[in-house]
Amino acid sequence: MTGTFTPPTRFAVPGRIAVDNDTATTWQRATLTEIRRETPRAATFRFAVPGWRGHVPGQHVMLRLTAEDGYTAQRHYSIASPPDDVGHIELTLDHVEGGEVSGWFHAVAEPGDQVEVRGPNSGFFAWTGDRPALLVGAGSGVVPLMSMVRHHRARSLSVPLRLLVSARGPEELIYASEYGSETTPVFTRSAPPGVPVGRLSAAQVAALVADAPDGGWEAYVCGSNGFAEHASRLLVEAGQPVDRIRIERFG
Amino acid sequence: MHVTRGFTGRPRVPNSGLPPGQYDAGDDWPVLSAEVTPELAPADWTFTVDGLVAEPRTWSWDEAHALPASAYEGDIHCVTSWSKFGVRFGGVSLDAFLDLVRPAPQATHAVAYSHTGYTANLPLADLTGGRAWIVWEYGDEPLPAEHGGPARLLVPHLYFWKSAKWIAGLRLLDHDEPGFWEQNGYHHRGNPWEEQRYSGD
Repeated sequence: MTGTFTPPTRFAVPGRIAVDNDTATTWQRATLTEIRRETPRAATFRFAVPGWRGHVPGQHVMLRLTAEDGYTAQRHYSIASPPDDVGHIELTLDHVEGGEVSGWFHAVAEPGDQVEVRGPNSGFFAWTGDRPALLVGAGSGVVPLMSMVRHHRARSLSVPLRLLVSARGPEELIYASEYGSETTPVFTRSAPPGVPVGRLSAAQVAALVADAPDGGWEAYVCGSNGFAEHASRLLVEAGQPVDRIRIERFG
Repeated sequence: MHVTRGFTGRPRVPNSGLPPGQYDAGDDWPVLSAEVTPELAPADWTFTVDGLVAEPRTWSWDEAHALPASAYEGDIHCVTSWSKFGVRFGGVSLDAFLDLVRPAPQATHAVAYSHTGYTANLPLADLTGGRAWIVWEYGDEPLPAEHGGPARLLVPHLYFWKSAKWIAGLRLLDHDEPGFWEQNGYHHRGNPWEEQRYSGD
C-alpha cells in the first residue's frame, strides 16, 4: 500500500495534526478543583487530571457523566486552558436551558466532584503556535481560541496572533478581563459608551485579513453554525484562502 | 465507570432506538463541518466512481437524477453524541451507480471524497445492498448547502461523518485508506451500535 489518495478537487481541507489515539480512547478520572463564574450564563470548571498527557490549543475532550443506574451522558467540550497548565484542564460551559450535562455542572457540581474525560481529540482545529493565527469566535466559541491566546502569552510567542470575539454585550463577554491589544471585541446588542453595536462586519474582517503577516494567516473560526457561516464568508470575501480556514461549529 | 454524584440524567426511555451514549436531538439538526461551506450549484456538481471498477464514470446532476429514485426514512447518528429520529432523504441508491461501473472482484474499500477535499473511508460492504445513497432532498426540500447540498453521501447505519457532504466521488480500492477524521483519531468504521467513536474503540 503506497501513498494516500488525494481527491482531485477545487477546494482543499486544511492540514491536520496527528493525535495520540491511546489518550483519545482511555477514560480518565478528572477531579473538579475550582469553579469560576465568567458571565451570568457561563462558568469555568477547573479539573485536576493527574495522568493528562497534554494537548494542543484548540483540541477538545469527551466528557462523561454516569448516573447510579449506569446511564451515561457524554459531550464534547473545548479545552480553555493552555498546555503548560500541567496536570490540569479547564472547560468553560454555557448553562444550556434544559441541558442534561451543563445543567449538572451549573446546578450540582462542586469542588471535589469527579467526572470522566478522554482526549484530547481532533488535531484539526489545533494550533501549535508556529504560524500567525487569526482567531474569530462568538459566545462560548471563544473557549478553544482562548487556549491559543493563553498559550501565546504563556510562551511569550512572537508569532502574530489576533482575536475577534463577538458577544451580545459586555456582561456576556467571556474572559473579558484577560484580553489585551491582540483582541477586538464585537458587541451585537449592547456595548460600552463609544463602542458601536452590531454584527461582526466585513470591514472588521477585511482590515485584519489585509494586515496579514508574511505568509498569511491561519484562520480559526468557532461559534454557532450561524456565526461560523457568517464569519467564514467574510473571511473568504476578504481574500483569506479557503484552505486556510478551520471551523469548529456547535449546534 | 464512575458514578457522578448528583447526576440523574434525562428520563430513560426503554427501547428508544438510541445507540449507546447518544441523545435525541429532537428537531435540531446540528451542522458539523470543518471547512467553509462551498457555493456549489447543481449545474457544477458531478459524481464520479472510479478506481477498481470495470467502467469508471462521471454523472452530471441531470444524469444522476435520471437514475431510479430511492428514499431513506429512518434515524441518523453523529459521533458528537446526537441522534435524529425519523428523517427522510431522497436521492438514488448507491447500488444504482455501482451496478453501472461494475466494481472489480478485488475492490474491498472505497474512499468517499467531497468537492471540498474532505475524505472518508468505507468498506465496500457498507455501501452496497441498499444501505447507502446519494441524496439531494431532505424531507421534500432540496438539501441545504450547510448539510451537504446540492448532494451528499448518506450511510445512515454508520456515524454521520462517513456521510460525506458535497460528495464528489468514490474511489474503489483493494485496501482501507483512512480519510480525514480517521487520520484525526476517529474509528475506521464508525458503527454507532458498537460505539466505534475513536480509533481503538
